[in-house]
Amino acid sequence: MLRAEKISKEFIRETKGTNRFAAVQETDFEISDGQLAVITGRSGSGKTTFLNMLAGLLTPTDGKVFLDGTDIYSLSDRELSRLRNQKTGFIPQGQTAIHSLSVAENILLPYTLYGEYSEDAEKYAYELMEKLDIINLKDVRPSELSGGETRRMAIARALIKKPQIIFADEPTGDLDDENTRTVFEFMKSISENGASVIVVTHETDSEKYADRVFRMNSGILSEK
Amino acid sequence: MKLKKNLPLRNLLGRPVRTTVLVILTALLSVTFLCGTLVITSLRKGLGSLEARLGADIMVVPYEAATKSDLQNIVLQGNTGYFYMDNSRLEKIMKCDGIGQLSCQFFLASASSGCCSIPVQIIGFDPETDFTISPWIKKSGGGQLKDMDIVVGNDLNAFVGDTLKFYGVECHVAAKLDKTGTSFDTAVFTNENTIKKLIKSSVDLKMNSFTNIDPDKTVSCVLINAAEGYTPEEIINDINIHVKKVKAIQTKEMISGVSDSLSGVSDVTGILISAVWILGTVIFLLAFTMSVNERKKEFAILRVTGASRKKLASIVLQEAVITGITGSIIGIIIGLVIVIPFSSSIESALNLPFLIPDISRITEYAGISLIISSLTGAFAAGFSAFRISRIDTGLILRGDN
Ligand SMILES: Nc1ncnc2c1ncn2[C@@H]1O[C@H](COP(=O)(O)OP(=O)(O)O)[C@@H](O)[C@H]1O
Ligand SMILES: [Mg+2]
Repeated sequence: MLRAEKISKEFIRETKGTNRFAAVQETDFEISDGQLAVITGRSGSGKTTFLNMLAGLLTPTDGKVFLDGTDIYSLSDRELSRLRNQKTGFIPQGQTAIHSLSVAENILLPYTLYGEYSEDAEKYAYELMEKLDIINLKDVRPSELSGGETRRMAIARALIKKPQIIFADEPTGDLDDENTRTVFEFMKSISENGASVIVVTHETDSEKYADRVFRMNSGILSEK
Repeated sequence: MKLKKNLPLRNLLGRPVRTTVLVILTALLSVTFLCGTLVITSLRKGLGSLEARLGADIMVVPYEAATKSDLQNIVLQGNTGYFYMDNSRLEKIMKCDGIGQLSCQFFLASASSGCCSIPVQIIGFDPETDFTISPWIKKSGGGQLKDMDIVVGNDLNAFVGDTLKFYGVECHVAAKLDKTGTSFDTAVFTNENTIKKLIKSSVDLKMNSFTNIDPDKTVSCVLINAAEGYTPEEIINDINIHVKKVKAIQTKEMISGVSDSLSGVSDVTGILISAVWILGTVIFLLAFTMSVNERKKEFAILRVTGASRKKLASIVLQEAVITGITGSIIGIIIGLVIVIPFSSSIESALNLPFLIPDISRITEYAGISLIISSLTGAFAAGFSAFRISRIDTGLILRGDN
C-alpha cells in the first residue's frame, strides 16, 4: 500500500512577488493493492511532479511518502534505489531506452543491475514481449524502434520484476487507439492481479478502466 | 539473455565513433608523455655516461685535427678522427704548469674487419697513466688488458673470447663495454703496445694514409686533469700559448654547456607535455560532459530501474577508465615503437649521445603514463558522473522532454 502524507513540491522560479512556485500543493493520497488510479489534468498542472514524488524519484519539499509503512525518503540512496528496483515499476514520459542494449536486454535491466539474472526472468521477459507484440524485435537496438514500440518496451521493463506498484507517466502519449486500448487493458489486468497502478494520462477514455479517478488542477489534486 | 560483457563496456561499444575518438586522444596523450620523457632521459643518460667516461678536464689534439673536424663531434660523439702529433710536442705540454694527471691516446681507423660492416676506430691508451678508459672497462666487467687484448664497443658484433684481425694482426676480445650512445659503441680499445703494433702493421701494409709515421714517436691526443690549485682554463691558455701546432680544449665545459642547453630543452619539453595534457584533460572533460548530457535520459532510466547514485557513477567511471587504459596502452606501444627502434636516427639527428634507459626504467615510465592517462579519464568523467548522480532522478527525467 502506498500513502502520501501532506506532500508538496516547490520549485525555484521567478514569479510575481516570490521566487518560489508551488508545482504541487499540499496533498494527501492513498492507493491500495489491486487498485488502478488515473490522474488527468492539463499540461503543466503538476501531474509528473506528483507521480515522481510518489515513485521515490523526487524529494518533496514537505511531507512524507510511505510504501508498506516505510518512509521512503528517510532511506539512504542505496536503500531507496533497491526498494525502487524490488517493489516499483516506472514507465517514464517520453522515449527511454539504453541505446547500447538490445530490446530484450533493456527489458531485463532491472534484473541485471543487481546481478539477479535467472531463466525464469528471461522466460517472463519473452512472455511480456509476446503480449506486447514486440517479440520479433527482441534482438533489435532501440534506435530502430518506432515510438510505440519503444513505449511498449518501457512497459515490459517496468513490469519485468512483477512489481507491487506501477507508475506510468502518459504511457500512451504516442500510441494509436488500438495500442492505447491494449496498454490500458494490460494495466487493468495487472491491477486485477493485485498490483497498484497509477497512470497519468490525457486519455478521457481511460476512466472506464479506472477504480479511482483523480484530477490535477494547478497543483491541486482532487478525486472525482 | 544474461548481459554479455558489462554495461560500461557495452556502452562504449555501442558508441564506436565517440569511443574511438576518446581512445585516440588518450593514446596521443600517452605518446607525448612517453616519447618526451624517454627522449629527455636518454639524452641525460647519454651525456651523463659521456661525462663520467671522459673524466678529463682537457684534451689536446694536433691543430690540424681541431680545425679539420668539428671539436664538438670529437668530444660529444667520440668521433675521434684520425691524426697524430710528434712526441716533441708532448714533452712541451708536459712542461706546462698545473698538470695533475696526463695520459696519451693513439687513434687508428681499421680497414673493415670480420666483425664489422663499417671500419671501426681503434683507440689505444697507456695503462700506466690512463685515468679515463680503464675505470670504464672495469665498470663493464673487464680487467687489465694484456698485449694483443682488445675491448670492444657495445654495438660491435664481437664477443669475449673472439679473435679479430686488424691489418693482419690477431687480437683477442677480452671485454665488451656497456652502451654509451656515442661512436665509442663502435670503437675498439687496446693498450699502447698493441696499438703501436697495429699502426706499424698498417704502415707496412701501405694501408695507412700517414705513410711516414713512427708509432714510437707519435701520439694522437693528450688527456689532462688539472692539479689542485689550478683551473683548466689556466692550463689551456698556457698550452695554447706555449705549445705550437696543438689545440687544447676543455671537454667537461663542452659537455656541461650541452647539459645546460639540454636542461633548457627538457624544461620546454616538460611545458609542452603539460600543455598537451591540460588540453587533453579539457577535451576529455568536454567530451564526458557532453556525452553525459546527451545520455541524461539513459542515466535517468538506470536510476528509475533501481541503480543507486554510486552504481551510476561507477558505470561512468568504468567507461572512462576502460577508455583511458585502452588508449594509453596503444599510446605506449606507439611510443616505444617510435623511440626505441629509431634511437640511432634520433641520436644522429640531435648529434648528441643518446642512451635509452633500461627496461625497468622504461616499464616505470610506461606505467606512469598508463596511470596518469587513466586517472585523467577518470577525473574528467568523475566530474560529470558526480554531477549527474547528485540530481534528483525526477529532474533528470524531465531534462530534455
Ligand atoms: N525542475 C523544475 N524547475 C522549475 N519548474 C518546474 C520544474 N519541474 C516542473 N516545473 C514546473 O512545475 C509545473 C508542473 O510540471 P509537471 O509536473 O511536469 O506538469 P505536468 O506533468 O502536469 O505537465 C510546470 O509549470 C513546470 O514548469
Ligand atoms: Mg508530465
